[in-house]
Amino acid sequence: MEKKITISPVTRIEGHARVTIHLNDEGKVENAFFHVDQFRGFEKFSEGRYFAEMPVITERICGICPISHHLASAKATDEIIGVEIPRTAKLLRELIHMGQIIQSHSMHFFELAGPDLILGWDADPKIRNVVGLIQQNPDLALKAVKLRKFGQRIIELVAGRRIHPTFAVPGGVNSSLSPSARDEILSGIDEMIGYIKEGIKLAEDFIEKNKELCDKFASFPTGYMGLVKEDGSLELYDGKIRFMDKDGNIVKEFKPQYYLRYIGEKVEDWSYLKFPYYKPLGYPNGVYRVGPLARLNIADKISTPLANEEFKKFKSINNGKPVEGSIYYHYARLIETIYALERAREILEDPEVMSPNVLEVGEVTNEEGVGVVEAPRGTLIHHYWVDEKGTIEKVNLIVSTGHNNWAMSKAVEMVAKAFVDGKNLKEGMLNRVEGAIRCYDPCLSCSTHAIGKMPLVVELYDKDGNIIDVIKRD
Amino acid sequence: MGKIKVASVWCEGCSGCHMSFLDMDERLVELINKGLEINATPITDLKIPDEGTDIGIIEGAVATDHHEEEVKMMRERCKIIVALGDCAVFGGIPTMRNYIPREELLERGYITTESTVDGKIPTSPEIGKHLPKTKAVNEVIKVDLYVPGCPPSADAIYYVLKEVLEGRIPKLEGELLKYE
Repeated sequence: MEKKITISPVTRIEGHARVTIHLNDEGKVENAFFHVDQFRGFEKFSEGRYFAEMPVITERICGICPISHHLASAKATDEIIGVEIPRTAKLLRELIHMGQIIQSHSMHFFELAGPDLILGWDADPKIRNVVGLIQQNPDLALKAVKLRKFGQRIIELVAGRRIHPTFAVPGGVNSSLSPSARDEILSGIDEMIGYIKEGIKLAEDFIEKNKELCDKFASFPTGYMGLVKEDGSLELYDGKIRFMDKDGNIVKEFKPQYYLRYIGEKVEDWSYLKFPYYKPLGYPNGVYRVGPLARLNIADKISTPLANEEFKKFKSINNGKPVEGSIYYHYARLIETIYALERAREILEDPEVMSPNVLEVGEVTNEEGVGVVEAPRGTLIHHYWVDEKGTIEKVNLIVSTGHNNWAMSKAVEMVAKAFVDGKNLKEGMLNRVEGAIRCYDPCLSCSTHAIGKMPLVVELYDKDGNIIDVIKRD
Repeated sequence: MGKIKVASVWCEGCSGCHMSFLDMDERLVELINKGLEINATPITDLKIPDEGTDIGIIEGAVATDHHEEEVKMMRERCKIIVALGDCAVFGGIPTMRNYIPREELLERGYITTESTVDGKIPTSPEIGKHLPKTKAVNEVIKVDLYVPGCPPSADAIYYVLKEVLEGRIPKLEGELLKYE
C-alpha cells in the first residue's frame, strides 16, 4: 500500500505546480515528484502573427521577468531583419535588463525566500513571509521594498512602464534616454549597493552558521550552462553560451544561434514542463543547471570590482570547483545584484548612452532569428521562423526555469528523503521541500513561499491504484 | 478604518498583476499598517483563504479544471471577488489559444518543437486538464469588481484596496481605468 503526500498548489512557480511525495509502509520517502501544472501554448498561438509583434506578445509569458522575454524576443527579431542595432540601443536594452535583475533578485531574496533564512524554516507559517518580516524587522523590510522599487524604476524611466513595456523593437529601441532619468538612476546606485551588502551579510552569516546544511541540502552534481563574455567573465545580456560538465571542465562554448545542436528537451509524463539536457551527453547524463549558481560556477571572473570581490569568496566555497549546494543559489543571486547595480552605473556613465541614435531600420531578410539573454533565472531562448512577409511560421521557446526542471525535481526528492518522516509529519519538513524549489526561484516568483498552513492531503492507494483512504489536514 | 482580509490567486496569467500589486512599494507597507491583512496569497505562506475573507483577488483566465476549483473556492470563501487584469476580466492573451484545437497546441508544445527529442503529450492525473475553452473569470463565478489593464497600475490597485479599507465601494475612473 502506498501513501502519498500532496503539496498543492506550489505557489512559487509560473502558474501551477504540485509536489507528490510517495511513502512506503514504514513512512519513509520512496520518491517525490515536482509536477508543473501549466501549459500556455505560446509556441502555437503565436503562429500567424507579424514578427514585430513578438516582443510585446511574448513578454506576457511572464510578468515577473517580462523584460527578459521582451529582450530575447527583440534580439530574435533583429536577426530576422539582419541588422546590427546601434550601440546606444544595446546599452539601453542592457540597462533595463539590469533593472530586471535588480528587482527580481532582490525581491526573491528579501520578500520570498528570505523569510525562511531570516525567520527560520520552522517559524510559524503565519508570520514566515514578507508581512512577518515587515513586523519583525521593518527597517530591513523597507530597504528590501526600496531595492525592488529601484530596479522597477530603472525600467519605468528608460522603457516607459514597469511591466510589459513596448520599448524594444526590431532594430533597436523606440526612445532615447532623458538626462533626468540618467541622473535619477545614478544618484540612487550607491544607496542600493549598501542595501544589497546588508543582504550579503545576512546570507554569509546564515552560511557560516549552517555550513554543513548548505553543503548538503539539495547538493548534487550536474552540468552548468550560461552566457559569458569573450574573456570568460559573467555576462547577463549578450555573449557566448558556455557549458561546464559536472567535474567543472568547460566542455563547450558556442554561439547562441547554434543552441539546437547542443540542447535537447525530454518530456516526462508527470509534468507540463520539459526537461532540457546537453545533447552530446544524452538524457539524463547531460542534465545541467542554469541561473545565478550556474553562472557563477561557469564564469572566470566578474567585470565589476565590488561584485568580483564577492565572487572570489564564492569561488573559495569549494576551492574553485563547482558549488553544488542549492542554497548557494541565494548567495549567488545577491552577488549578481551587485554586478547589475555596478553595470547599470557603467552604462549610464558611458557617453554614448545619451545618443539619439537608437534604431536601425531594416526589412525582413532572414527566415529565422534566435534571441538569447540570461534572465534572472537563467538562459532564455526565443527562436522564430518567418515567411518572406515576416509572418511567424514557427516558434520554439526554452524558458529559464525549464533548464532547471530536472534539478528542481532532484532537489525535491533529496530533501524529501532527508527531512520528511511520514510517521511523524511536521509542517516544517514540508516547508523544507518547498525550500528546495525556492532556491531556484522558479518563475512566478511573486510566489512566495510556499506552504505554511498548507492543505496537506495524504492519499492511500491500493496496489491497483484505487484510492482507499484520504487524510486531510488544514 | 477597519481591518480587511485579502486573499489572491493566480490562474492562467503571467503574474504581472501580482507584480503590479507589489509595485505599490511603500504603500503596501502603509496599507498593512492601516489594517490590510494578507491572507492566502502568493506572497504569504497561507494557501487557502479563510472563510469570510473580505476580498478575493483573481489574476488570470480559467484554463484548467484546477483553476475552476480554485476560483470556485475563492467565491465560496470571499465576500467580494475582484477580477484583476485583462486575463481575469476578458480572458486576455491566454484565450488566443481558443482558436486552435487543444491537440494541436499540445502536439506543437511536446512533440514537434525543434528542441524536443522523442516527445509525447503528458497525461499524468497530477497535472491539470485543459478545459475546452479558456474563459474569463465571470464565465465561471460571479465577479463583483473588474480592474482591467495588462497589468492594472499599482495606483489602481492601491485605490481599490484603500477604498475598501475605508468602507467605500471603489469606482475606477480616469487614469485608473485602462484597457490595454
